[in-house]
Amino acid sequence: MINSTVAELSAALAAGDISSVEITQAYLNRIADLNGELNAFITVCEESALRQAAQADAARATGNNSPLLGIPLAHKDIFCSKDVLTTCGSRMLHNFISPYNAAVVERFNDAGAVLLGKTNMDEFAMGSSNETSFYGAVKNPWNNECVPGGSSGGSAAAVAADLCAMATGTDTGGSIRQPAAFCGVTGFKPSYGRVSRWGMIAFASSLDQAGPIAKSAEDAAIMMNTMAGLDIKDSTSIDKPVEDYTASLNKSLQGLRIGIPKQHFAKGLSAEVEQAVRNALAEYEKLGASIKEIDLPNSHLSVSAYYVVAPAEASANLSRFDGVRYGYRCEDPVDLEDMYKRTRSEGFGEEVKRRILIGTYALSAGFYDAYYRKAQKIRRLIKEDFNSAFKEVDVIVGPTSPHTAFKLGSKSDPVSMYLEDIYTIAVNLAGLPAISIPVGTANGLPMGMHIVGGDFEEAKVLNVAHQLQQNSDWHKQKPAVLASAKGEA
Amino acid sequence: MEWETVIGLEVHVSLSTKSKLFSGSSTQFGAEPNTQASIFDIALPGTLPVLNEEALRMAVRFGVAIGAEIGKRSVFDRKNYFYPDLPKGYQVTQLDYPTVGKGSLTVTLDDGSEKTIGVTRAHIEENAGKSLHEEFNGMSGIDLNRAGEPLLEIVSEPEITSAEEAVAYLKKLHTIIRYLDISDAIMAQGSMRCDVNVSIRRKGKTELGTRTEIKNINSFRFVEKAIHSEVRRQQELIEDGGQVIQETRRYNADRDETTSMRSKEVANDYRYFPEPDLLPVVIDDEYIAAVKAQLPELPDAKKARFTAEYALSEYDAGVLVSSREMAEYFEIVARQSGDAKLAANWVSQDLLGLLNKNNWDITESPIEAEQLANLILRIKDNTISGKIAKTVFETMLEEKSSVDEIIEAKGLKQVTDSGEIEKLVDEVIANNPDQVQQFKEGKQQVIGFLVGQCMQLSKGKANPAQVNELLREKMQ
Repeated sequence: MINSTVAELSAALAAGDISSVEITQAYLNRIADLNGELNAFITVCEESALRQAAQADAARATGNNSPLLGIPLAHKDIFCSKDVLTTCGSRMLHNFISPYNAAVVERFNDAGAVLLGKTNMDEFAMGSSNETSFYGAVKNPWNNECVPGGSSGGSAAAVAADLCAMATGTDTGGSIRQPAAFCGVTGFKPSYGRVSRWGMIAFASSLDQAGPIAKSAEDAAIMMNTMAGLDIKDSTSIDKPVEDYTASLNKSLQGLRIGIPKQHFAKGLSAEVEQAVRNALAEYEKLGASIKEIDLPNSHLSVSAYYVVAPAEASANLSRFDGVRYGYRCEDPVDLEDMYKRTRSEGFGEEVKRRILIGTYALSAGFYDAYYRKAQKIRRLIKEDFNSAFKEVDVIVGPTSPHTAFKLGSKSDPVSMYLEDIYTIAVNLAGLPAISIPVGTANGLPMGMHIVGGDFEEAKVLNVAHQLQQNSDWHKQKPAVLASAKGEA
Repeated sequence: MEWETVIGLEVHVSLSTKSKLFSGSSTQFGAEPNTQASIFDIALPGTLPVLNEEALRMAVRFGVAIGAEIGKRSVFDRKNYFYPDLPKGYQVTQLDYPTVGKGSLTVTLDDGSEKTIGVTRAHIEENAGKSLHEEFNGMSGIDLNRAGEPLLEIVSEPEITSAEEAVAYLKKLHTIIRYLDISDAIMAQGSMRCDVNVSIRRKGKTELGTRTEIKNINSFRFVEKAIHSEVRRQQELIEDGGQVIQETRRYNADRDETTSMRSKEVANDYRYFPEPDLLPVVIDDEYIAAVKAQLPELPDAKKARFTAEYALSEYDAGVLVSSREMAEYFEIVARQSGDAKLAANWVSQDLLGLLNKNNWDITESPIEAEQLANLILRIKDNTISGKIAKTVFETMLEEKSSVDEIIEAKGLKQVTDSGEIEKLVDEVIANNPDQVQQFKEGKQQVIGFLVGQCMQLSKGKANPAQVNELLREKMQ
């Protein structure tokens, strides 16, 4: 039961084969068994989850049959959830019980989903390995010596290890897609503005976007039907009709034009990941798609531009954490300056402080033109690269990450960590929708393939991903190490 | 040595929207601390700004009123600094692309001459909260009710050359803002604040001298005094061989001097960058035209109309249009009394004197425009004399009765009965033979004395014109 997809659970609930309380209890048991080892959850809401499950069952008895009713999910701990601890993986918010719900949380509540708990993450979503969390690293369910990726590593690990049916994540430079690739699950980043950012703790406002982490593209589409839409509380959210993302999943790929960027199949890409992606591309050809090499000439600039824009925005976004109104405050400050300095020195971890410093520097008088303004120019160039590519192709496909999950503690140099997102970052700079889906394993670790669509072409990306999953079973592969766990499979 | 003063003004005006610039919190004045602070205002993580369209409309209204360029695409920026009453750690303002661009104001100086002063720009920004340093045992209290209230910062060109011009500019700005109904603009309450940039240079030089900025002055009079005192200080400094340092200063009214308030904050690098949580605001011609169509008649136009339509002097018209309410009051009196000249005199002298004495606003006037019009009507139909009218006016302050009731009750009706007037005249002629003699010998001005005697005898009720006429008749 717990390894079922949302689509399957939804059908079983609708048929009355199982109850939400039963499913919820099964996941809670699984969390109790495995979370100690995986550290995927920061907070588990056992009591309220069972209460919500009972409410969902009661609602179903009165005829409510909405697709997510009674389905247990986990939210990344970046989403404010009313009356629940919301830490963003930081000591700074170790005591922050949110008085309000993020728009994403509210929408899943309205859909009747059951909140199992809040998942671990890199501190303030800054990291690609989940090692920067104040609550400790998350372990990769496929190999507990490896990282799950980041920053939505807790959500990806939880979905991979069947600690929940589905989870939310956020993606600023690859934070949904890279952990999805490392954990062998499906992770989807929608177009910028498609999902409301209200209540999602900001890292880099012009790049952050929430999305689903799920066991299949179909599940991601079901989740998107709930998550997407205009929210007047988020001025950057888009007033564009929301499609039924499940409606076009089964569209034929006959005639689909796939572009593969030559820059993403070059030096630095591991042989096994390249092979896995090429195998998947061969499947697409069988489904009637054509493959064409394309050029994204400015893609080599994306990581540099990103590490100016994102830290610059973060340096301002994180200024509110000052010890004055909520969150961590240092002991016995002697004066205001002492309070600011020690609160922020003690409350933030190393990586967060590093990025605040980078961002502050980039925005400083005399450096603004050389860094921030230039990075914004590069951002436009990158967007133009994509625009011209999408004149020739329908989707762009490549590896999500150059390699499989790496060992915990193996990347101590920040720059090599930043290069983790080399294939995913440009998509955030351009605001495009993109998904990572599993395409097999190497040495017992999963690999992900990246599918990028044009602006607001969520439905097409999900359709392309789903068609591969209909014709392969890479997404059904499960981490072997968990077979020993108690509970059921 | 001859010096020239160069002044630029930065005026902050609190826009009178019902809710804050980026949140739905109320902006009502005087609420309990922190009761008007939403989760956005206290900067809880995850909260986002949504622009209050009313604040934008008010800014455009101001821009259109001063003939300014309106930014077709204005951009909000973050100005970063740490302070406990700034919850987000940055203030949202407009740096490079303000909503209101170049415009101008024309002011009338005391000698009647006019001067046009350029407005560089006016941008929308949010207010900070308040830090309270007393009553907290060495700690500070923070009140965030004001945090996020919309402000319009209006920046003048450095084209003001005296304290007098500065005050004239401020008063004109104040009048326009009140006409537009976009702010209370009460300096004493902080809904209008002024920072003054002052520098001096040798007469004839074109290069600007080093300026100082005097922050947060809260009355027109203090602006004038602060400028005088700062100019004096800079002159003495330079003439003694010193140099003006670019710095922020504060005006101390008790000692009538400016003092340096240099602190670390002043040296801040604000690290401005475009606010990514808000999209650029795009304003089209249609929007501007709609705002323009809703503009009220503005003071300059009203003044021109008053001089043309009511044949008022420039000066009287200027006084009467100094507030929209005053002008409206005047027009009711003028229309209902049918005598604009008398209406102008009564409103700008008697009524305004009374209001000023009591520190009342025209809206608080105890005498309504309709009553004042009635009073003038009684003068015109000779029921009372102008002099008696002043007594009635005084009485109107104390009694709620109508003009006619007061005249009746106090027996103030003018005597116009020629028989009664004749009696008075005869009595006065009989009692003042010397003066009568002088008149007959050609000393015309003595008539004034004799009229006065008649008026006194009648306790002011006799019709002075009739008295005058009859006296002359009888003394021929």
